Amino acid sequence: MLTALLVMTAVALVLGALLGYASLKFKVEGDPLVEKIDAILPQTQCGQCGFPGCRPYATAIASGEADINQCPPGGEEGIRKLADLLGREFKSLSEEHGVEKPKSVAVIDENTCIGCTLCIQACPVDAIVGAAKQLHTVVAGECTGCELCVAPCPVDCIAMEPIVDTLDTWKWRYPVIQIKQAA
Amino acid sequence: MGFLDRFFKEPSWGVHPDDHKRPAADAPLRILPTPERVYMPLSQHVGGAARPIVVVGQKVLKGQLLADAQGNISAPIHAPVSGTVFSIGDVTAPHASGLPFRAITIESDGQDRWIDTELVADPFALAPEDIARKAAAAGVVGLGGATFPSAVKFALGKRLKVETLIVNGGECEPYLSSDDRIMRDFADQVVDGVRLVMHAIGAKEALVGIEDNKPEAIAAMRKAAASFSEVKICPVPTRYPMGSDKQLIQTLTGKEVPSNARAAEVGVLVHNVSTCAAVHKAVRLGQPLVERIVTLNGGAIATPGNIYAPLGTLVTDLLAFVGLKGEPARLILGGPMMGTPLAHDRIPLVKGASGILAFNAAEAATPEAGPCIRCGTCADACPMGLLPMEMAAHIRVEDFEGAESYALGDCISCGCCAYVCPSHIPLVQYFSYAKGEMMAAERVKLRTDATKRLAEARTARIEREKQEKAEAAARRKAEKEAAAAAKAAAAKAPAKDSGQAQGETV
Repeated sequence: MLTALLVMTAVALVLGALLGYASLKFKVEGDPLVEKIDAILPQTQCGQCGFPGCRPYATAIASGEADINQCPPGGEEGIRKLADLLGREFKSLSEEHGVEKPKSVAVIDENTCIGCTLCIQACPVDAIVGAAKQLHTVVAGECTGCELCVAPCPVDCIAMEPIVDTLDTWKWRYPVIQIKQAA
Repeated sequence: MGFLDRFFKEPSWGVHPDDHKRPAADAPLRILPTPERVYMPLSQHVGGAARPIVVVGQKVLKGQLLADAQGNISAPIHAPVSGTVFSIGDVTAPHASGLPFRAITIESDGQDRWIDTELVADPFALAPEDIARKAAAAGVVGLGGATFPSAVKFALGKRLKVETLIVNGGECEPYLSSDDRIMRDFADQVVDGVRLVMHAIGAKEALVGIEDNKPEAIAAMRKAAASFSEVKICPVPTRYPMGSDKQLIQTLTGKEVPSNARAAEVGVLVHNVSTCAAVHKAVRLGQPLVERIVTLNGGAIATPGNIYAPLGTLVTDLLAFVGLKGEPARLILGGPMMGTPLAHDRIPLVKGASGILAFNAAEAATPEAGPCIRCGTCADACPMGLLPMEMAAHIRVEDFEGAESYALGDCISCGCCAYVCPSHIPLVQYFSYAKGEMMAAERVKLRTDATKRLAEARTARIEREKQEKAEAAARRKAEKEAAAAAKAAAAKAPAKDSGQAQGETV
């Protein structure tokens, strides 16, 4: 009887020590779910979801604080992917957070810009270059089209221009098949 | 495909469409009178667009450099006629999208005066690198349609120690006969070009693959190559897509190019016959690539045949020269299987344009598509050994990863599957769509990753600035306190001093 108790206690202690060691040794840094959600989000960093960027929103979704339909740039496709990942029902984009727009980039009207640097401070990805009282310009390749620079401009010289297809980005559309009419 | 092919003369893959090459191929080569204006696009090749080095109003001679190559993979552009630079602006690209691209417009002076060219008496005395350099400076690109800068390919062949040069005279696309014509009329130039390319890449032998539906070309090439034992003329069975590099390599050498690998990795390099002729002109005569033979064919054309025309000539001018029977129902650049549909005829001739087809209504008719009957004919026809019906089924439900798992990336878009499909399903169009979507997704992924890094860098920067500010504030506070303490100490010290003094006086 006593032997059995001792053996069981020893086994329990050994296994417990193993588990404790494993939990320290193989500890997962951060939340992998946040990474996965962040990978789906469009990285516009626009803050329309009510969080200060894509990653904070991803964290909020992972912890259940935010819903999956608050990202207008991601659009329906983004919501569908999030729903797939999280095993939730698809829901349409929440209207209070905005509407889906075509992808665009900010363009500064160089004749109007006064060089106030307010847009530079607003840009979440440092895609605007310039200095105080110098002309500012947008690095089009890095602009995410978040529109955060539009509101702070005191002279309204920033416009959002939709991205047009070029020879390099154009792609074939889905072939439309006319199904034969049954006689 | 593969093992069984050894027992049959005909390959088991591919299709054999009615070739429609004659009478256009038999009509003698005609030379287009110099057009009034030519429109020379800045990107007629794979890689970076050329950078213009002429200004509007400048007088240029035929063969003068108009735009220089830009970047590692690029090609320069030369004036195809002598005259004046009229403008540098947008023209419609010979592309299915009908989008514009940059081109230099030259108004011809009608004299066709060449720049001074440097003749080389014995190019075989040159170093292989010099041949590549001359070909690069002449703007020679792959004229079979891929338009990859030839000099880059020479360097690759040299680096990978390619033993065999394969010269592509397959021209398997129906209707086209520009390569056929160049082999019949300029066989000596082609063979000399072949030998120059061999010299440039250090190859030991050259196999010229010509489909056996071109007996005149085979005879002319045999005659021209008679005194050069290293250049072998090899007739190959007429089978579409024999002109595709992977299929031609397999037919001539028995080697199969692995998936995701280049031909050079199996020890061969493929160049088109027209490219070889262009290399001959570039190296021996010092003439840049400014003209080419283009086939004008199709039911809507009154006198089909091959035309020797300056690059940059508008399709309108070419069609006016050969005459139209009626309004063409469809215009195609290249062959009917893989060519590019043109939106209209105000489009310039580019280096890679082997033919312009003007189809009448009967030729352009597209049959209605029906449902897939799972007959498997497309899988038999596929020269790459893929399963088109499975890939299409995945693409129809937007499952691109599923399609990729059936090796969609190996599809060469030859169109055999769609050609043989008894239900007329536009299979190859599905694949083009899927490839476009996957490339776009890849671009988006690269972009979001870059943006993520930028956003993280900014957050880190703000964090660092905040910390620096806090540290500076703390330092200032500490300095202030130290100063105050010092002051207090100084205020105290005289008192103490006076105390001491007092003590001393006591």
